[in-house]
Amino acid sequence: MKELVIISGKGGTGKTSFVAAFASLAENKVLCDADVDAADLHLIMNPAVKERHEFQSGHEAIIDADKCTRCGLCRELCRWNAVREDFTIDALDCEGCGVCVYFCPEKAIDFPIKTCGEWYLSDTRFGPMVHARLGLAEENSGKLVSQVRQEAKKLAEARGFELILTDGPPGVGCPVIASLGGASAVLIVTEPTVSGRHDMERVAQLADFFRVPVMVCVNKADLNLDAASDIQKFSEGKNYAFLGMIPFDPVFTKAMVVGQTMIEYDTRSETAQAVVLIWKALQKEMGI
Amino acid sequence: MIISIASGKGGTGKTTVATNLAVSLGKGVQLLDCDVEEPNAHLFLSPVFENTEVVHAAVPEVDEEKCNLCGQCGEICQFKAIVVIGNTVLPFAELCHSCGGCMAVCPEKAIREGERVLGIIEAGRSGDLEFVHGRLRIGEAMSPPLIRKVRSFTKPGVITIIDAPPGTSCPVIASIKGAGFVLLVTEPTPFGLHDLKLAVGAVRILGIPCGLVINRSDMGDDRVREYAEEAALPILMEIPFDRRIAEAYSRGRMLVEVMPEWREKFLLLYERIVELAK
Repeated sequence: MKELVIISGKGGTGKTSFVAAFASLAENKVLCDADVDAADLHLIMNPAVKERHEFQSGHEAIIDADKCTRCGLCRELCRWNAVREDFTIDALDCEGCGVCVYFCPEKAIDFPIKTCGEWYLSDTRFGPMVHARLGLAEENSGKLVSQVRQEAKKLAEARGFELILTDGPPGVGCPVIASLGGASAVLIVTEPTVSGRHDMERVAQLADFFRVPVMVCVNKADLNLDAASDIQKFSEGKNYAFLGMIPFDPVFTKAMVVGQTMIEYDTRSETAQAVVLIWKALQKEMGI
Repeated sequence: MIISIASGKGGTGKTTVATNLAVSLGKGVQLLDCDVEEPNAHLFLSPVFENTEVVHAAVPEVDEEKCNLCGQCGEICQFKAIVVIGNTVLPFAELCHSCGGCMAVCPEKAIREGERVLGIIEAGRSGDLEFVHGRLRIGEAMSPPLIRKVRSFTKPGVITIIDAPPGTSCPVIASIKGAGFVLLVTEPTPFGLHDLKLAVGAVRILGIPCGLVINRSDMGDDRVREYAEEAALPILMEIPFDRRIAEAYSRGRMLVEVMPEWREKFLLLYERIVELAK
């Protein structure tokens, strides 16, 4: 079984639109949305949720005002200044480390487990999908990413599918690290802008760090053809498989507005055909 | 006055709005780029950096001579970042959240504070503007402590503009908490709208006044505007899609430099923010 993770470094380069287009083209696969704190793939896939699970992770300290003697030890020990002057805890600042709980001489601090989101097993017109929703302002996004990827793997095994298509998060931090470990390959969807280039180099370094093979394609290439060809040269220099370029095309937005993949919206458009070519190059590269 | 620029969805134009607002205002302004995973503002402002500082997280270092393998450090640690296995104690620096619990609990005082590199902070100037950003080390998972370090450069009595990361989880909270106003940059597409709603939810948890900038305002549909009306979110600026803007952006050029008439609009945007933040 192989897992392709689509990332970008910079947000808004077209990751999710590409995953959706590939969903139209690939057979026998599980779709996985690992961008858990701003998940969008479901807006095109329109999943019918079959199973809904709570995601519990970490703990949260809560002071029992009746037992608290206001000795101040918790305020002294807390490295996040999460204990307010009135001896209540700011849940947004609490890291869940439990140091205050452990040391409180009055045993006045509860430490319940936190529910920080939900994950779902769903059916879509393109096959099964695993997705999630992290609670607002929550932590532990990396753990939720690991959970949805694990569930996608289980589902692929159960169905005998050989491929998982994973929509990754932007950036290079915790959720991206969680979406890279053990992936078969990443596709970096970038754009020919100074920021697109800068961010793809950082996320490619991260993939190198985890020894995940890198493939690259450039979206909106005609906005700056020189920069696009520089990205191609850079990729070839690094031995990343360069899969091709796509022009800037409002068809991505138009398809999104009607809840379709850009392949469904207009298979014959030049841009759709360019995406098909990228998919074929990717299949060859990954041996799928 | 601290103004954080956030979005939910990535790539909607946060950095464009943050840098052009800062440059339009000019003197007495500092720009803090808190998107430490993928900082971009410097690509448009070409700042001259005067200071570079490596930022560390505190992690446990065990003095094996003093350690008697009692295992209390492993019991207090919520992050499995230190464990006693057989006759050895193993700290895992990458998992450590720097809570100090193991050091506080160790009866033998066998644990001292070591360091893990989180990334760097670079501070300098771009013209009249004071500029600070953080760059998360590649492979480092935890960005909030580095974001807080960038924010420690906040000066009282000036206008502080913060370029926040995308999303709605802890790095975003670290970048908007304590701000006087959050400016949400969105695009009128289903993805833009969906993530905007999440971002508004996060901002409202914090109780900070907020308003919208709609970028590429003539692409997509009307649902963002309808939602803004329902949710009583003021639309403070609209930037239409213009190939000249997109091409200038691709080269790292500022909107107000390529189309100077936008300077006035950004100044007006600031006035409206000040009114709403009152």
